[in-house]
Amino acid sequence: MSEVTKEVLLEVRDLKKYFPIRRGLFRRQVGEIKAVDGVSFDIYQGETLGLVGESGGGKSTTGWTIIRDLEPTAGSVRFQGQDLSILAHGEMRRMRRHIQMIFQDPYASLNPRMTVGSIVSEPLEVHKIGTSDQRRARVQELLEIVGLNPGFINRYPHEFSGGQRQRIGIARALATNPTFVVADEPISALDVSIQAQVVNLLWDLKHEFGLTYLFIAHDLSMVRYISDRVAVMYLGRVVEMGSTEDVYRSSLHPYTQALVSAIPVADPEVEMTRQPIILEGDVPNPANPPSGCHFHPRCVHATEICLQDDPEFRNLGQDAEHWVACHHAEQVQGQTFGN
Amino acid sequence: MAHLLEVRDLVTRFYTEDGAVHAVNGISYTLDEGESLGIVGESGSGKTVGVLSLMGLIPDPPGRVERGEVFFADNDLLKLSADQLRDIRGREIAMIFQDPMTSLNPVLTVGYQIAEIMRPHLNLSQEEITERTVELMELVGIPNAASRRKDFPHQFSGGQRQRIMIAMSLACNPSVLIADEPTTALDVTIQAQIIDLVKRLSEQFGMATIWITHDLGVVAGLVNRVIVMYAGFIVESASVLDLYKKTSHPYTLGLLQSLPSLHATIATDRLIPIEGAPPDLLQAPVHCPFAPRCQFAVDQCWQENPPLQRVASNHDSACWRWQDVRAATEQLA
Ligand SMILES: Nc1ncnc2c1ncn2[C@@H]1O[C@H](COP(=O)(O)OP(=O)(O)OP(=O)(O)O)[C@@H](O)[C@H]1O
Ligand SMILES: Nc1ncnc2c1ncn2[C@@H]1O[C@H](COP(=O)(O)OP(=O)(O)OP(=O)(O)O)[C@@H](O)[C@H]1O
Ligand code: SF4
Ligand SMILES: [Mg+2]
Ligand SMILES: [Mg+2]
Repeated sequence: MSEVTKEVLLEVRDLKKYFPIRRGLFRRQVGEIKAVDGVSFDIYQGETLGLVGESGGGKSTTGWTIIRDLEPTAGSVRFQGQDLSILAHGEMRRMRRHIQMIFQDPYASLNPRMTVGSIVSEPLEVHKIGTSDQRRARVQELLEIVGLNPGFINRYPHEFSGGQRQRIGIARALATNPTFVVADEPISALDVSIQAQVVNLLWDLKHEFGLTYLFIAHDLSMVRYISDRVAVMYLGRVVEMGSTEDVYRSSLHPYTQALVSAIPVADPEVEMTRQPIILEGDVPNPANPPSGCHFHPRCVHATEICLQDDPEFRNLGQDAEHWVACHHAEQVQGQTFGN
Repeated sequence: MAHLLEVRDLVTRFYTEDGAVHAVNGISYTLDEGESLGIVGESGSGKTVGVLSLMGLIPDPPGRVERGEVFFADNDLLKLSADQLRDIRGREIAMIFQDPMTSLNPVLTVGYQIAEIMRPHLNLSQEEITERTVELMELVGIPNAASRRKDFPHQFSGGQRQRIMIAMSLACNPSVLIADEPTTALDVTIQAQIIDLVKRLSEQFGMATIWITHDLGVVAGLVNRVIVMYAGFIVESASVLDLYKKTSHPYTLGLLQSLPSLHATIATDRLIPIEGAPPDLLQAPVHCPFAPRCQFAVDQCWQENPPLQRVASNHDSACWRWQDVRAATEQLA
C-alpha cells in the first residue's frame, strides 16, 4: 500500500504470555490464562499490520509483550535483528525510543496533573534527548505536527476533547522519532467524525516519518482501509494472517469468515442482501479453552480431528503468504463470500 | 392513523455547577405500530436523555424535563403519576441498555429478576411464572435455562447478560422496545447474534423498536426510518434509504463521508473527517448548532437556527441549505 519493503523489521516467534490465576488466602496459583499462546509473525519495514479479533483474544497483551511492558512467558521478539526478549532492563529502556505505543483511552492514558508540554516531552527526558530549550522547541513542533496549537503547551488534558487528547498521545509517542509504533485501539474511544481525523493523521505521519505500525482494532472496516496485512486472533492464537485483500475477500478460517460477514455496511441497499454468518455460542473462557482447535465449539466445519488436534499454522498462499490455522481451510476457502 | 407513540417538542436540561446543559432541545417524532426507528448521533448528542425523558427516568436534580408532550395510548406520559408511569414502563414500553450490568442486580438470580418483571403486570401463578421465565430464557438462547435461571448475573458472559436483559424486556409482551446501544460493548460476532435475535423477536411479536446507536452501519440494515441528532436537536429524519441516498443535512453527509469506503483504501482515498470539535452544550443555541463545523455555512446560519422542515415526503432536515446538500449528495453518488 505504501513503501513496504520485504525487509523484516520485527520478528515475533512463538510468543507466549500466561497470567497466573490465584485464589484463596495464600494467593495460591490455581491455573493460568494463556492470553498469548504461541504467536508468530513478521512485520515488514514500512507496513501497517492490522491485528483484529474477539475481545479478550490477546491483542493488547501481544502488543504489551512485544514492547516488553509485560515480560513474555516464552518466545522471542527480534527488532532489526536484535532479540528484545533477552535485553537487560536498561538496554530495553534505551531501545524503547525506537518502539512506542499509542493507547486506546485518551482519557485514562494521560496524567491529568501534567501539562501537555510535560506529557509530550517526558519520553525526551527519559531518553535524555536535547537540552531543555531544545525539548521545548521539539514539543511545539510535535504539537504542530499532530494539528494542535503549539500555544497549548501549558494546558492540562481535561481542557481538551477526546480527539485532541488522542493527538496529544500521538505527539508523545512520536517525540523520540520511533521506527515502530504499536497503536492499541487508537480510535475506539472517539466519535466517528473524529476517528477520521485521527486515522488521516496516523497515515500522514507514517509517510512523513517512515513509520511501521501494528494497528490493533475492533473496527474491521477501518482495519481493512488502512492495513497492508491483517492478523486475526482468537483465544491467544493467530488463526489467520495475510494480505488485507486475501484475509477479507478469501478468508481461509471460519472465524474470519464470520467476522468479516458481521461487518455492518453503511448502505441500506447492500444491507438488504448481506447475510451475516451468525455464530452459535459464546466466546469461551480463556482460562479453560476448548481442546484441539479453540474455535471448534462454534464452528460449522468442525469434525473429530478439530476436537483433538491443534491445527498447524500453515501457509496456503500462492503468490503472497496467506497463513491459516484450520484443519479444513481448503474446504472453507471455497465457501468464501465477499462484500 | 394515530401513532403508537408521539413525542412533541421535548426539552430536557441538566443544571450543573458549570451551568445549564442543553441536552435535548425541542425534539418531536412519532413511532408507528410495528415500525423500527433508529436514532443516531455522536456521543453527547442527547440520544439517551431523549428516551429517558419520555420514560420518566431523568434524575431530578440535576435534570429536568422542561417542556413537551409524549402521547402513548391516549395518555401524555409526562403528566402521569410515578406509579402509572412505572406500570407502563414495565408492561408497554421496555428498554435495554448499553451495559447490562448496570441494570441487573448482582445479588439476585437472573430467574428471580425476570419473574419480578412479570409479577405485578401479569396475573400468573408461581408455577406459571417459573415456566414463562424458563421459556423466555430459552427464547433468547440461554442453554440449560431451567437450571441456569438460578445463577447470578456475574456467572454469565457479556453477551448472555444482554440476552437476559432482552428476556426481561420481553417478559410482558411490550408494544415498544427501546434498545440503547445494546451491542456497543460486545464483540462483532456477539453483536451480530444479538441484533439477529432482537430483529427476529420484534417481528415475531409485532413490537415497534427504537434502536439507539452511533453506528451508521448498524442502522442501515436494521430500521425503516432514522432520526439523526446533533447537540440535542433532530437535524434530519428520513426513511433509511432516503437518509443514505438523498442526504439533506451537512452533518449526516459528514458522518457518512467519515466512514471508510468498501471499495477503496486510505492509500488512494483519504477519509473526509468533519473538522472541528463536538458542540458545547452549556451554550444556549442561537445559531445553527452545526454551523461551526459546517462546510455549507453562510451568514444566515449564524443568525438563525434552522427549524426542522419538510424537504420531501417523510423527509425532514434542519438546514437552511438543504437543497445544496442534497445536490452535493446526488453528485457524489
Ligand atoms: N494483567 C492481567 N492479569 C490477568 N489476566 C489478564 C491480564 N491482562 C489480560 N488478561 C487476560 O488475558 C486475556 C487477553 O486479554 P487482552 O487484553 O490481551 O485481550 P484483547 O484482545 O486486547 O481484548 P480487547 O479487544 O477486549 O481489548 C483476557 O482473558 C484477559 O482477561
Ligand atoms: N446526570 C447528568 N448530569 C449532567 N449532564 C448530563 C447528565 N446526563 C446526561 N447529561 C448530558 O446530557 C447530554 C446528552 O447526553 P446523552 O447521554 O443523551 O448522550 P448520548 O447521545 O446518549 O451519548 P452516548 O452516545 O455517549 O451515549 C450530554 O452532554 C451529557 O453530558
Ligand atoms: S443551516 Fe447552515 S450551518 Fe447549519 S447545517 Fe445547514 S448549512 Fe450548515
Ligand atoms: Mg485490548
Ligand atoms: Mg447514550
